[in-house]
Amino acid sequence: MTAGASRSRFREDETRRDSDHVSFLRHKRFRWAWAALALSLAAAAGYALIDQDPRPNGGSWYGYTLGTIGLGLILWLSLLGVRKRRINPGAWSLKAWTSAHVYLGLSLVVVGTLHTGFQIGWNVHSLAYVLMLLVIATGVYGVVAYTTLPARLSDNRREMTRAQMLDALTAIDRQLDGAAQPLARGEADLVLAALRQSPFAGGALARLTGRYPACQTARALAGMDTASEAQQRVRALLEKRAAQLAQIRGALRIQAALEVWLFLHITLTIALIAALSAHVISVFYYW
Amino acid sequence: MTGIFRVAIIGSGPAGLSAAAHAAALGLAHILLEKTDHLSDTIFKYQKGKHVMATPANLVLRSDIDFEAGKRETILGRWDEQIAARKVNVKLNAEVLKVEGHKGAFRIALRSGEVVDAEAIVLAIGTQGNPNRLRCPGADSPLIQYQLDDPGEYFDEHITVIGSGDAGIENALGLAADPAQRNVVTILNRSADFARAKAANVALLEEAERDGRLIVRRETEPAEVRTRELLLNTRDGQETIRCDRIIARTGSQPPRGFVEAMGVEFSSPEPGSFPKLSPEFETTTPGIHVIGALAGYPLIKHCMNQGYDVIEFLAGNRDLKPADEPLLAEKFAQLPGNRSVAEWLDIFGRNIVVLGDLSVLQLRELMLDSAVHAYQPGEVIFRRNDPGSSMFAIAEGSVAVEVNPNDPSITVGIEQGSIFGEVGLISGRRRGATVRAAEPVVALELPRMAALKLLATSPGAARAVNSIAIERQLLQMFGAGLTRADVAPLVENAELKSVRAGQVVVAEGADDKDIYIIRSGSMIVEKQVGGRPVFLSYLPAGSYFGEMAVIDGSPRTATVKAAIKSEVIRVPGDGFLALLEQNPGLRDKALQQMSARRATNAFIESRKGEFSGAVDLYSQTAQFLVDNGIGEATDVLLIDEKLCIGCDNCERACADSHEGLSRLDREAGRTYAHLHVPTSCRHCEHPHCMADCPPNAIRRGPDGEVFIDETCIGCGNCQRNCPYGVIRMDAKPPKKPSLLQWMLLGKGPGPGEAPYGWRKSEAKKQGLPEAKLAVKCDMCAGIDGGPACVRACPTGAAIRVSPERFLTYTKLAEDTQ
Repeated sequence: MTAGASRSRFREDETRRDSDHVSFLRHKRFRWAWAALALSLAAAAGYALIDQDPRPNGGSWYGYTLGTIGLGLILWLSLLGVRKRRINPGAWSLKAWTSAHVYLGLSLVVVGTLHTGFQIGWNVHSLAYVLMLLVIATGVYGVVAYTTLPARLSDNRREMTRAQMLDALTAIDRQLDGAAQPLARGEADLVLAALRQSPFAGGALARLTGRYPACQTARALAGMDTASEAQQRVRALLEKRAAQLAQIRGALRIQAALEVWLFLHITLTIALIAALSAHVISVFYYW
Repeated sequence: MTGIFRVAIIGSGPAGLSAAAHAAALGLAHILLEKTDHLSDTIFKYQKGKHVMATPANLVLRSDIDFEAGKRETILGRWDEQIAARKVNVKLNAEVLKVEGHKGAFRIALRSGEVVDAEAIVLAIGTQGNPNRLRCPGADSPLIQYQLDDPGEYFDEHITVIGSGDAGIENALGLAADPAQRNVVTILNRSADFARAKAANVALLEEAERDGRLIVRRETEPAEVRTRELLLNTRDGQETIRCDRIIARTGSQPPRGFVEAMGVEFSSPEPGSFPKLSPEFETTTPGIHVIGALAGYPLIKHCMNQGYDVIEFLAGNRDLKPADEPLLAEKFAQLPGNRSVAEWLDIFGRNIVVLGDLSVLQLRELMLDSAVHAYQPGEVIFRRNDPGSSMFAIAEGSVAVEVNPNDPSITVGIEQGSIFGEVGLISGRRRGATVRAAEPVVALELPRMAALKLLATSPGAARAVNSIAIERQLLQMFGAGLTRADVAPLVENAELKSVRAGQVVVAEGADDKDIYIIRSGSMIVEKQVGGRPVFLSYLPAGSYFGEMAVIDGSPRTATVKAAIKSEVIRVPGDGFLALLEQNPGLRDKALQQMSARRATNAFIESRKGEFSGAVDLYSQTAQFLVDNGIGEATDVLLIDEKLCIGCDNCERACADSHEGLSRLDREAGRTYAHLHVPTSCRHCEHPHCMADCPPNAIRRGPDGEVFIDETCIGCGNCQRNCPYGVIRMDAKPPKKPSLLQWMLLGKGPGPGEAPYGWRKSEAKKQGLPEAKLAVKCDMCAGIDGGPACVRACPTGAAIRVSPERFLTYTKLAEDTQ
C-alpha cells in the first residue's frame, strides 16, 4: 500500500472512530427521507401541473415516465437482498442501503399511485399495484419491528448467548435428573416427560405467540406436590427450568417477530416482479 | 560409558538433540541427560496430531538430524530413529539437581543419586521449568504425578487434584466427567475462592460440585502424603482421606534459579531476560554453555542450528560462521558502501549508543529481527499520525523532527548514535511528529518485540531509552518553542511510576502539587457529586494532568485513576511553575487548556442537577466500557442493542471478507444499558497477544490494526494471552462456491462462515492442510471501505470507535437513540 492510500484510510478511519450510533432511519440526517420526499413532491407537482390528455393515465408520456421510475426503483430495491450477502468488493454501507430502501420504498406509494392515474380495475395492472402496496405495508411493519424489538431482545438476553441459554437448561436438567430419583413413579414420569421434551417443541405458532400449551414442564409443575423435601427440591428445579425455558422462548419469539415479515415481504416482492413483468409485456404488446 | 565426558548436554529438546547428534558425529565423548522417560518433552506434550511448523523458512537448517514441518508424531518418530541410528549416548530419567565444579571438571548430580562427570556443559533446558513439588512430608511418594495426559485411563480410584488454577480445575473436571469410571475426585484449594482460574472453569466446577460429581475442599492444604492416604490441614483441623493418586498442578518454577545456582549471570533482574553469553554461547561461568529457548531463541530451527554450532565451537572450530550469515548479508546488501557483514555489525554496534552492551551474538539476533534502511536527505522516515510501535536508531547521519505540525520548517535535530520513535514504542500510540533524514542516513528499525527484548536484556539500553523518552515526552507535551536545556531540570527530577489498573494517582481534595504525564496506558477522571463518583473524562497516553492545583494552588478538584495498567511520569510542580515563568507562551497555552477542562467538568456537574439520570447513565456506561478493556483499545467494535436485530450479518460479512472464518462473536460479551461489547479485537495499544509469539508473527499494520502474518506457527500462545478471548485457532477453510451459485443452484453453504462439518469434509476432499493457525481481526486491512462488520450492519447498530472519541458525555448520553 502506498503512503498516500494509507493516509486517506487514516482520515476515513478517524471519521468512523468518531461516529455516533445513528440508526438507519436517521442516517446522514435523514438524507434518503429528504430524497424520497423530493421525489414524491416532484411527481405530485408534475401530476398536478402537466396537462395530460385525455386524462391522467399510465399510458400518457408522464404516466410512462412515472412507470419507468417506479419499475426502476422496484428492481433496485429488490437488490438489497443481494447487497446484504455480498459486502465486498466496494465501499458499501448496508445501513445507507437500508435507509434508502425504506424511504425510497415509501415514496413508491406516491409514484405508483400517480402512475395508475387512480384507475383501478380487475386486471393484472391493478394486481401489480395492489401487490406493491402489500410489499410496502409489510415493509412498514418491518421498520416498526426493527425500531421497537431490539431493546426487548437485548433485555431478554441478560448477557447470555443462545448457546449459553441452552447450556444453562442442560445444567438444570442434569440436576433435575438426579433430584427426581427419590420421587414416586407418577411424579418421576412427569419430570421425565419434561426432560424429554425438546425446548423447541410447539411449532411455528407457539414460537410466534410465545404460548406453549403442551409444555411438559408447566404440566410437571402443576402436578408436583410439596410434601417431601425431595418434592420441594424438584419443584424448585422445575421452576428454574420453566424460567430458563421462558427466556429461550422469549428470544425465539422476538427473533421470529423480527424475521417473519421478511417471508411475506420477499414472497410478495417476487410475486410483484412477476406481475410487473406481465404488466409491462402486456402494455407493450397492446401498444 | 563411564569416566569423564567431554561434554554433557542437559535437556533433549531440539537444541539438545541436535548438539548431542553432532557430538556423536564428531566422535566426542558425550552424554545427553533428559529428566523424563522420552526425548523432547515440550513437543511430546503437544496435543496428538498437532502440526509443527518450521519457520523462518529462509533459514538453512544445519544439523545432523532432520527437521521439517509436519505432524508431532512424525517429527518425534524421526528424531527417535535418528538419535538411535547415530548412536547418541542418551540417559533418560536423569533429572539434574545440582552442578558443581569448574571448566574441565564438572560434577553433575542427578535425582537418582548418580553423578556424571564432564569437562563442559551445554544447557538446553528451555524455559518451561519444573513443576512445583508439594511442600509436605511424603512429597516423593509415587502417588504424586505432575501431569495428566488422558483422564479416561483411570477407574475406581480416589484421586486428589491439588491446585486451584485452570490446569487443576480442568484435570479434576476431566477425571469426574464420566461417572462410568467411578472415580472419587477431590480438588483442594488453599484459599476460599478460585481467583486464579477462568470464570467459565470455576462455574463448571461449582456446577459439578452441586451435582455431587466431585468434592471441592476449600481452605485445605495437604499435610502429609501417606500410603493410599492423604492427611489434610483444613480450617477445622486435620483430616485423613483415602487417596490412590495425587495430581499436583501448583504451577512451575522457571529454570532461572537452577541456572543462576551454577554461577551464570543474567543480563538483568527482569523476568524476561536471558543469560549473558559469548559469541560461542558460553555463559559467565566458563565451560557452561546455554543454547535454545533459554538463550532467547524459541524457534526449533534456531535451536537445532545452535546445537550444531556449540559443539563445533567446543571441538575447537573458531571460524564457524553462524547459519544466519547469508540472511544478514542479504539484509545489508541494500545499504550503500558495499561493506561486509562483520563491518556492518561493527558500525551498528559501535555507533548506536543503546547497542553498546550487546554481545556479538545478541547483536546478530537483533539484526535478524530488525530492518535496516538507508535514507536520502529530505526523505520522510515516518509521518505524524502514522501508526508505528518500532524504534529507530541512527547508525550514520542525522535526522530532523518536524515539531510543529502547521509549519514543517521548524525542526529539531537528532544526532548520529541516538534513537527516535521511542514514544510510539512506549505509549503504543501513533507517531507524534514527522521525521525526515537531514543528511544521508543509515538507520536501524527495531520492531516492537525486538526493542522490548533489547530493553529487557540490556539495562544500559533501558536507562538510555528511558531518559530520552522522558525528555521527548516533556518537549512534545509542552509543544514547540522549548529546548532540551529548558526541560533539563524537569527531566532530572522526573520520576517514573507504574500504576496498576484502578489505582488512584491524584485524589480529589488532596493538596499534593505534582504534574503527571501519562507515558503508557490511560486514566479516567472522576469527581464525587452528591456522594457518587461521576465520570468526567478519559485521558489517553501522552496527556498530562494535575496542572490545575499547581497553577492556582488549590486542592485537587477531581480524582484521576488508571483505567488500565499504566506508567506515569511524575514531575514536581515547582519545576513546572518555574518553566511557566520563563515561557509566557507556554503559560498561556496551559491556562487555555486548563479553562477548557474546567468548562467540561462544570458542564457535566451542571447537568447533574437537571439531568441526574442522564449523568448517572453516562458515568456508569463509561465505567462499564473501561472495565471491558476499552481503555486500552485503539479501535473497538460496539453494538447498540437498541438497534441490533440479531441478524449476525456482521459475522457473515467478517467471514466472507477473510477466507471464510468470522473473527467476531456478536452475542458473547458484556452489555450495559443496551451497549454491548462483543468478543472482537480491541487493537490494544499494548497488545497482550504480542507478548509471547515465537515467530513474531503479530504486528501492527499501517492503519493501526494488530494482525497475524503468514509466519504463524499455530502455537496458541496469543490465544491464551488475550484477556478478551478474541483469537481463535482454526484451519483455513476451503473456498466456497460463489454467491450466485448458492442463490440460483443452492450450491455450498451460503454466505458467512461455513459449518465446521462442511469445512472439514471439503478440506479433506481437496487435500488442504489442516494446520490450525491463529485467526483474529485485522480491521479489514486492504479492504475498500473499511471494517466489513460495520458496513454490513443493516440498522447501524455496529460501530467501531476509539476510546478518546467515544468516552465523552455527548457520545454516551446525548447522541444515543
